[in-house]
Amino acid sequence: MSVLSFRDVSLRYPPRAGLRAANDDRFVLNGINLQVASHELIAIIGRSGSGKTSLLNLAAGFIAPTSGTIAVDDVPIQGPGADRAVVFQDDALYPWLNARDNVAFPLKLNGVSRAARHERAQQLLELVGLGDAGERHIWELSGGMRQRVGIARALAAEPRFLLLDEPLGALDALTRSRMQELLLRVQHRSGAGAVLITHSIDEALILASRVLVLSPHPGRLTAEIEAGFSAEVLAGTPTEKIKASPSFKRLHDALTSLIHSLPNEAAA
Amino acid sequence: MTLLTELRPVSRLAEAEAAERSSDNETPGAKPATGAAGTPKPIPIVVISTLTVAVILGLWSLASAHELVSPVFLPSPHQVVIATYNLIVTGFVDATLFEHVGASLYRIFGALIASILIGIPAGLAVGTSRIGRGILDPVVEFLRPLPPLAYLPLIIIWIGIGETSKITVIALAMLPSIILSTSAGVRSVSRDHVNAARSLGATPRQVLVQVVLPSAVPSILTGVRIALGAGWTTLVAAELVAATSGIGFMIQSAAQFLVTDVVIAGIVVIALIAILLEYVARLIERRLVPWASHR
Repeated sequence: MSVLSFRDVSLRYPPRAGLRAANDDRFVLNGINLQVASHELIAIIGRSGSGKTSLLNLAAGFIAPTSGTIAVDDVPIQGPGADRAVVFQDDALYPWLNARDNVAFPLKLNGVSRAARHERAQQLLELVGLGDAGERHIWELSGGMRQRVGIARALAAEPRFLLLDEPLGALDALTRSRMQELLLRVQHRSGAGAVLITHSIDEALILASRVLVLSPHPGRLTAEIEAGFSAEVLAGTPTEKIKASPSFKRLHDALTSLIHSLPNEAAA
Repeated sequence: MTLLTELRPVSRLAEAEAAERSSDNETPGAKPATGAAGTPKPIPIVVISTLTVAVILGLWSLASAHELVSPVFLPSPHQVVIATYNLIVTGFVDATLFEHVGASLYRIFGALIASILIGIPAGLAVGTSRIGRGILDPVVEFLRPLPPLAYLPLIIIWIGIGETSKITVIALAMLPSIILSTSAGVRSVSRDHVNAARSLGATPRQVLVQVVLPSAVPSILTGVRIALGAGWTTLVAAELVAATSGIGFMIQSAAQFLVTDVVIAGIVVIALIAILLEYVARLIERRLVPWASHR
């Protein structure tokens, strides 16, 4: 059982010459407090420009916070690490490797033998339903297949947390809803905690046990909503049915009006 | 918009295929030929090019047949073919054509290996480190615009007239493009690719070897191709100045005795080898980095 935590985290652009130092507008994120435990999947939603991706980049360790601490089990993170594997919106797979070698990439970094990493990669490909695509080139795969390879690659690192940066954002609606279910099952099975960045309220409600709303300028977490639908999805209830239920609609409407009431980026 | 993103992988493939086709056919946007229906097929570029070569050869034959120019200066194509045959069988200035070509190729590939061994690490240093860039930038920028023949005499004073000096000059001519293409390739690495590796547990060294270097390979290969071109030009020039074998030396000697047919045969051979090298380089590129056109 691990916990990824943000404590009073803020992030601002470095002061530019000619601008006065204490300018609140340049805070991308301010006063972020957040805890994510193993096994749980939380979603962070907000409009573009609200700092969602910055928040994920902080968690990944790609950028350092201006103030506050980000820690895994109370140990402050010192940059990127395999305990927090990222799945990118733009897949970020390596085109010079085939699908299987992409999945095996983290194992190769750890010096796992060729035979062992091929076997493990094959298992993971099967887990995401791509058991017979291992030899294929990345550019021969569809968008949905690429994201599944990306998820398998992240899992190969055996992370304690999966950081999902709109991984399904570029997919068509049909593929997307199928991928949501797959993502949820795979994450549940791996036991890793997950932070999902998304701009889709539907997706957040279906997948996450908690939905956090990020309001822009500066980015703050303004609301937190408990959603229990992911348990139903895992139990096998079709997502269409869940989305049609009154309780889902109620939460969906509440979140929609909440997000619309927030100042948008043009106002800032 | 959704439709466009859905189609992206497919259309990328289509683009690549179209680019492939356009290189030996007509423009990718051209209307498909409508077989029996009437509109005539556009003439393929290959045919036009072949015709051009045929016309040039024809004019050349006519000019030499009617002795518009003295045969001493312009031998007929037929004579050049005979000269080429003699070059292959008996040779010129103590070596057959293949021995001359072999000597030249030995120099160019020796220089290529040397410049790759030096150029790729140097390019990595320029592309990844501020200090490396600071140190090497002035050297590369000094070397790059210099015509190799300008420093050839100096190299001969320093190293002598043996193989080493020729290989050194050719390697110096090749170095800038390899260094610059390597550093450009290194700098063009996708940030997501680097970040992905870091988040999967890669050390900085692993990022360099497993991500940055493979990303730079297409650019490095382009650099090698340019370097081969530059090296080939320099080679022939270097052999004109100081050599006892090689295709450039052969032309130079032939010119001194006004054996014009050998001069022309030599020029044609030089051009053919350059085209062949370029073709092989492209082939290697397609084999080694098939993904480069799919990025």
